[in-house]
Amino acid sequence: MENIQNFQILWFVLIFVLLLGYTLLDGFDLGLAALLPFLGKTKEEKDTLIASIGPVWDGNEVWLITGGGALFAAFPHAYATAFSGFYLAMMLVLLALIFRAVSMEFRANDPVRSGLWEKALVVGSALAALLFGVALGNIIYGVPLDDKMEYAGGFFSLLRPVPLLFGLTGLAAVLLQGASWAVLKTEGRLQDRSFQAVRALTAVNAVLAAVYFTVLFVVISRVSGNPFFYAGVLLTIAGLLTLVLAPGKKNETGPIRGSSLSLTGLFLAAGAAQFPNLITASNDPGLSLTIYNSSTGIYTLQVMAVIALAGMPVVIGYTVFVYRLFRGKAKADDHY
Amino acid sequence: MDALLLARLQFAFTIGFHFLFPAMTLGVALIILISETLYLATKEEVYRKITDLLARLLGLIFVIGAATGIVMEFSFGTNWSRYSRTVGDIFGPILAAEGVIAFFLESVFVGVLIFGRKKASPGVYWLSALLVFIGGHLSAFWILAANSWMQTPAGYEITSAGKIVLTDFGAAVFNPSTVARFLHTVLATWITGAVLVCGIAGYYVRKGLHGETARMMLKIGIILFAVTPLLQLGAAHGHAIQVIDFQPMKAAAMEGHFTTARGADVYVAGYVDEKNEKTYGISIPKGLSFLYNFDFNSEIKGLREVPKEDWPPVNLVFQAYHIMVTLGMIFIGLGLLGALLLWTGKLYTAKWYLWLLPFLIPLPHLAHETGWITAEAGRQPWIIQGLMRTARASSVVVSKGELAASLTMFALVYLLLLVMFVMLFIRIVKQGPEAS
Ligand code: HDD
Ligand code: HEM
Ligand code: HEM
Repeated sequence: MENIQNFQILWFVLIFVLLLGYTLLDGFDLGLAALLPFLGKTKEEKDTLIASIGPVWDGNEVWLITGGGALFAAFPHAYATAFSGFYLAMMLVLLALIFRAVSMEFRANDPVRSGLWEKALVVGSALAALLFGVALGNIIYGVPLDDKMEYAGGFFSLLRPVPLLFGLTGLAAVLLQGASWAVLKTEGRLQDRSFQAVRALTAVNAVLAAVYFTVLFVVISRVSGNPFFYAGVLLTIAGLLTLVLAPGKKNETGPIRGSSLSLTGLFLAAGAAQFPNLITASNDPGLSLTIYNSSTGIYTLQVMAVIALAGMPVVIGYTVFVYRLFRGKAKADDHY
Repeated sequence: MDALLLARLQFAFTIGFHFLFPAMTLGVALIILISETLYLATKEEVYRKITDLLARLLGLIFVIGAATGIVMEFSFGTNWSRYSRTVGDIFGPILAAEGVIAFFLESVFVGVLIFGRKKASPGVYWLSALLVFIGGHLSAFWILAANSWMQTPAGYEITSAGKIVLTDFGAAVFNPSTVARFLHTVLATWITGAVLVCGIAGYYVRKGLHGETARMMLKIGIILFAVTPLLQLGAAHGHAIQVIDFQPMKAAAMEGHFTTARGADVYVAGYVDEKNEKTYGISIPKGLSFLYNFDFNSEIKGLREVPKEDWPPVNLVFQAYHIMVTLGMIFIGLGLLGALLLWTGKLYTAKWYLWLLPFLIPLPHLAHETGWITAEAGRQPWIIQGLMRTARASSVVVSKGELAASLTMFALVYLLLLVMFVMLFIRIVKQGPEAS
């Protein structure tokens, strides 16, 4: 039994890493797309912004797909409970992801309705970012579960204040990530505007992060002794400081570094608050789905660990290669 | 309508729609790899133009494949939660492996293929074409392994608590039907790609557009169109035998056989009267027994071997199967005809044949859909053959109303996607290979 616990913990960590990878990477393209009307004023500027995420967004989304697959493989009960329990919310997530995916392609090839597709891109991206935060908030803050591990609430029980706070904090962090990516990939007036957005969003993030950490500390009592929680707080503070200093010096890489650091901090604190739970039961802590009562067998966890630990370094290697291939400023006519 | 039926309808509709796109991705990736290899070897501009046109189409195809694929990944949790709880041990790792080993590769390098012509060196660009090809086929492999495990489960054990646990990953992945299903499906996607390219190039050549580029494209397409359906005949035969061996009740439904018999007929076309348990149609006596092992008197099992409640929907499976096989034969004929025209130098002037080609583009998709109906409806009433019934697999907490709402949503959204796809596909084709 000792043995399987190690693997259950390993899988908690690996899924955390996959979802963190997703948050950071898809975070910047969702955030940038959601900010499109604020950052880009002309069609050419918008084309440039979209060109900066065009080649990479789909690879970024695979972090989510793989994270979901890993959740299914390691903790099928958590996957089954959350996905079927939050049914309508999941359908909304899918709707948002479908539209944000196809709208870039449709916008480029369908000039007659390009304005419409642009709106679909903006709304889809913002909605997806918001809903991910709300979902995370719910499984941490807790939802009603029955003794068969099934969700016992309704759609509107998902929209309570604490999960909504998670949603807003996540959305703000993702927007900041998007603005920071825009700083890195653009120049001239577009970049100036992106720097401005970074400045404004840093302030918003600082406020929301403070509220978020306080609420976590007050509501989730187990975080108080957890060093990872404090590490998260420190990372976020370090990130926000980097962000405060960067725009003044016109430091192009500062914002994305600061923003990623801050987002990692938020995520780490959430992970610390959740461990070892996967879905917290709000009605009775004994009913919570934890890594110990929802996992697959040890053999599956071992096979999966081999695949993940051998495969992910290769994935990261060629992902870095492709990002380097597309480094430098984006150009409006890069796109299609 | 009950919730289970709605869940099944939703799955059939969303997966049937999703599959239209990966089928094209794999076929188009093959042809891109061919033209890009020729470009790297010869530096002829024609090949570069062919790749560029196909890469633009791939961008459109891929994005809809990805958008509808993520729906599938969610669907096991949202709609089939009891299934997911039961098979997480086996099904989960296969899907996760698909992400780590295949989707990343394909998605990351598709970005290079579509956006990287100016940024990547010719060697790196070619490598991307190769990796997209490999990644796509690996993803098909994993998902088909998962599906095959549901058809012919292996490498597992049932605990005293009734849970299915994995005991041998290799045996689960390479279960008895994986290889046959993979070969057959991959060839089917290559046929899809060949027909697609023939359709586009045939239109160009008939209209006198894009000169040498169009003719070369047509030539590559026709060669593939002649070869792949013939190879498919072999692979399909192997697949059919595998079904007779491991899922005899599905095989019985495919040919409408109710009684176990030595010297069973094979139907060319027909109709199954399920109520009176009779099959009518044109048949070749003892044909099926012969095809099975080249022995006219080998035994083929009939549906009456199992209770009626364990029968799949017989006529549906029969008709779907026969539509697919008929299409397969049509492809063999038309592909060979094209090769003959090419051989005799008449291809580029055979107006009627060139005129026909674009209309063939939907037909491989029809074969795919009917093939999957054969495979999946033929497995009923089981979701995992012999182990778990479909009726026990659905989510418990999802209501009829929620399912009706989501099914309506998918119907409307996918209709929009389809209309946009066809419109933009035609637009890109009309812009032609010189546009980029
Ligand atoms: C272009 C597409 C295409 C074409 C021309 C054919 N098939 Fe097919 N067939 C498929 C595309 C397909 C498919 C969509 O890929 C399926 C669904 C499940 C599978 O494994 O492959 C399939 C399933 C499938 C099955 C179902 C067994 C199962 O999965 O349980 C059999 C026995 C055959 N095929 C046999 C044939 C034969 C004898 C053909 C005549 C030449 C043929 N197929 C042509
Ligand atoms: C891509 C091509 C595929 C098509 C067109 C297809 C088609 C279908 C159809 C028509 C059904 C409904 C059968 C019925 O209820 O009578 C079905 C059911 C199902 N299929 Fe497939 N399928 C495909 C691939 C897959 C794959 C790759 C998997 C697994 C990895 C899969 C898993 C399932 C499941 C879980 C169900 C629901 C339960 C059921 O009704 O049996 N399918 N599919
Ligand atoms: C025989 C059946 C299937 C084949 C051959 C297949 C193949 C593919 C391929 C090649 C892609 C890449 C995108 C594209 O080509 O457009 C893709 C996308 C996807 N498929 Fe399918 N698929 C099948 C069925 C399924 C099923 C049943 C699932 C559910 C788990 C699924 C989940 C996905 C996901 C999540 C994506 C998006 C990946 C991305 O963003 O790159 N597919 N599929």
